[in-house]
Amino acid sequence: MADVAMSGPAALSGRKMRNGVRGIFAAVLLSLLFIQPHHARADEDAFAGLATTQFNTIASSVDQIAQQGGPRALPVLRALADRKLFAAREGDGLFIRTDSGWADARSGASASPDEETLRPVRVNNRVRLAVAAAEAELELVSGTPAERQASANVFYQRHDPAMLPAIDKALSKTDDAALKDTLLNARAAALLSPGAPASDAQAQQQAVAKLKAAGGLDARGVLAQASTSEALDPATRKAAEAAVSSIDFKLKLWGFGQDAFYGLSLGSVLLLAAMGLAITFGVMGVINMAHGELMMIGAYTTWLTQKAVLSVVPALGSFSLILAIPAAFLVCGALGIVIERGLIRFLYGRPLETLLATWGLSLILQQVIRSLFGPTNVAVVTPPWLSGSFHLGGIEVTIDRLAIMIFAGVVMAGLMLVLRRTPLGLEMRAVTQNRRMAALMGIRTARVDALTFGLGSGIAGLAGVAVSQIDNVSPNLGQSYIIDSFLVVVFGGVGNLWGTLAAAATLGVGGKALEPLVGAVSGKILLLVLVILYIQRHPRGMFPLRGRGVES
Amino acid sequence: MSPRFSRRDFTKFSLAASAAMLAGVKGAAAAAPKGEPIRIGVLHSLSGTMAISETTLKDVILMLVELQNRKGGVLGRPLEAVVVDPASNWPLFAEKARQLLAVDKVASVFGCWTSVSRKSVLPVFEELNGILFYPVQYEGQECSRNVFYTGAAPNQQAIPAVDYLLSADGGGAKRFALIGTDYVYPRTTNQILQNYLKSKGIADADIMVNYTPFGQSDWQTIVSQLKAFGSAGKKTAVVSTINGDANVPFYKELGAQGISATDIPVMAFSVGEEELAGMDTKPLVGQLAAWNYFESIDSPANKSFIKEWHDYTKNPKRTTNDPMEASYIGFNLWVQAVEKVGSTDHDKVIDAMVGLKQPNLTGGTAQVLPNHHITKPVYIGEIQDDGQFNVVWQTPKEVPGMAWSPYVPETKNLIGDWTKSVSCGNYDTVKKACLGAKHG
Repeated sequence: MADVAMSGPAALSGRKMRNGVRGIFAAVLLSLLFIQPHHARADEDAFAGLATTQFNTIASSVDQIAQQGGPRALPVLRALADRKLFAAREGDGLFIRTDSGWADARSGASASPDEETLRPVRVNNRVRLAVAAAEAELELVSGTPAERQASANVFYQRHDPAMLPAIDKALSKTDDAALKDTLLNARAAALLSPGAPASDAQAQQQAVAKLKAAGGLDARGVLAQASTSEALDPATRKAAEAAVSSIDFKLKLWGFGQDAFYGLSLGSVLLLAAMGLAITFGVMGVINMAHGELMMIGAYTTWLTQKAVLSVVPALGSFSLILAIPAAFLVCGALGIVIERGLIRFLYGRPLETLLATWGLSLILQQVIRSLFGPTNVAVVTPPWLSGSFHLGGIEVTIDRLAIMIFAGVVMAGLMLVLRRTPLGLEMRAVTQNRRMAALMGIRTARVDALTFGLGSGIAGLAGVAVSQIDNVSPNLGQSYIIDSFLVVVFGGVGNLWGTLAAAATLGVGGKALEPLVGAVSGKILLLVLVILYIQRHPRGMFPLRGRGVES
Repeated sequence: MSPRFSRRDFTKFSLAASAAMLAGVKGAAAAAPKGEPIRIGVLHSLSGTMAISETTLKDVILMLVELQNRKGGVLGRPLEAVVVDPASNWPLFAEKARQLLAVDKVASVFGCWTSVSRKSVLPVFEELNGILFYPVQYEGQECSRNVFYTGAAPNQQAIPAVDYLLSADGGGAKRFALIGTDYVYPRTTNQILQNYLKSKGIADADIMVNYTPFGQSDWQTIVSQLKAFGSAGKKTAVVSTINGDANVPFYKELGAQGISATDIPVMAFSVGEEELAGMDTKPLVGQLAAWNYFESIDSPANKSFIKEWHDYTKNPKRTTNDPMEASYIGFNLWVQAVEKVGSTDHDKVIDAMVGLKQPNLTGGTAQVLPNHHITKPVYIGEIQDDGQFNVVWQTPKEVPGMAWSPYVPETKNLIGDWTKSVSCGNYDTVKKACLGAKHG
């Protein structure tokens, strides 16, 4: 290492020369003076490519670094991926930004370069791909079990024949069954990819069989490509084609399950959005056009809670969502009570005036939020524990959607409990069924009205919390849900929560079943037409309320 | 602000007062503007769905007016902005445009975002011979004498973007999914792109086109379709003309289903710094956008523009974006034209515009072409984890905007040329004839 250290300042003095030719001449002279051991020189060359501004040079430098390995390879590549690797504007100095300052990329020793002379090393998707592959190559040998499995997955997805030696090496070293299986898939995929070393028909067909057994989209991609590849044996191509259609068939079957999941997930969002309206419109009969805006305010409350938690206890930032649930319920519930006392109670029994007044209110609320927080979207961060997805057989389950489904179920159950098992719920049902009689029994109907409207509004706030995770939080948020909410409540049967549940699920699954067949736009139109036809035959919706109280 | 209240005496008084104040504060600054103010119209939605994008452009024009007045106004007279709110309501755009031109008698109008709003005001501007500066990238296939298109035409955004995806640096894509919101801009752009991709040897089976309604919030099915489309053993790229609001749930779903930019890159034409402000961009790193301006571009003009913007909005975090630059260019071109002819007369100004040059914010020059489009550089940016774009590719020099696409059979022979010799928005170069009144 001593000679490397000596070449540092010498190279620097060459760098400072204005005249390029003289600089090169000096550098040649210097390299003649300090002849270095061959391996060290090669190592430095691999890093030097990173200091250029050409993406393809940087990418091939990354490949070279991965092949040479060495203790500095992984830290440098990770710094590159995180945009913490900087190059000197002149010369080939490379530095990593650390928490405490700077480190020399090649040696890892702390350094103090002049920050003015540095620029970040450029990264694009091509470089990122090269870094991911290089990291996988290095971690496959030295990583933790989880890292190794992730690396094997990268190998499988990349299926680059140049990685075959690395795959074989890793295969010989591991006993872990899952890892071995992924590596074997990766090996099969690489063998069938363009540029693979010539192999006999038997080996090729074994590879096809392996990928066919593996199934999934990754295998399908490799096999589809192999079925048209001139480099492969004709019999292999045929086998690959058959394997593709077999995988397609399986994917199609799983696709039904996947569509059902998507449908239920959409249904759960619809259910959340409609549940509050099922109370205010369904139970109380108030046409509340500002319902969507209450959701929007619930979403903004989520955002404010998140901001507040992040600024007070940053460590708990990822759990702010849980705190946002009661916050949104209380804020929207209180706002609902204010709206009922201040506006709606003067309009009972006058549906047209209520419609106009609440519509005006919705515009006012939108503009208030726009003036307070600006017209642009605000960023509600999805916490790590809600991100990503997992596989259930061939069905991909996204965690945020699953959480919303569970949340919708919990809110529904809670609402049922309140309506059926609490004095407030009893009073609510009494007042909506026969207001005069309830009043005569000593129920304060005005108070019950306010609380009922508050409950419905609070639930709209809860829907806002859920929606903030999948949609954009802007003053317009409510508008995109109000129509769907009314549709669900009317379709399900006004005043019946089970009907709302059934309608949300039907519309969700129906919409998602139609979408792959006829496209999103026509699917939506078709669904609306079907609902209109249904409502014409059954004006009271799917689950109409029956009994004496209904007509009044 | 509203012209109806600005009686002449009051204007004179307030101008004198502000001039005195300026003189006191600024000392030997440029001569304060005096006389009857020149009115310009600002026709951007300040409420409704488009407020998210258009409010910013209104602020930019107000800032530019303020800066211009500080520099001595135009022709020595102060500028006065007349702001109206067409409320994201397309017929209302036409009404407000008529009000600006007929009642307020504005010298020029800066406005519109969506193509449908522009189509709605076009007949009004042609009837009353107004001047509209349209600052947003659009689908082309239009060339009106009364409109100056300072945003990108398809050949200044869509075509170079697809070229990048086809190139080795962009991943060498062989399969394309064109997804967009169901309205005129995505449909026209995708028609042009489909023909262009076919001319580059991409088979029909390797092109998927998908449209969604405005404000689409459930992208589960479409994202899983993209995944399946991408598993044909060929490098796949997505070209997105998804409009404004629907982008956030789309990108969130991409992240949730684990599609990264290195698997399937998404090239967006309507996602800028403003849209990213509402998103957590960590899962989006490497996703692409094609524009003629990025806030992150390091040039002296851009730096001073950003500084002025932050000072004006009193918000050091307000982002800048491409349509803002287009508004800036349009405003300054109009000022130049008025100074050149010494009048705000619409015909004189329109005729003086062609050939004018204005430095853009990224170190190049915008020149007004005979077809009322301008020259623009094209940049491809990758989204970074800080919500900004990192430019990974750019055209070697500015690209002149083409009103009519050569990749659409019906318009491949058309050009727009509003100079005296031709004076036609849709001149057929083969038939050597002007097709006449219909310009869009």
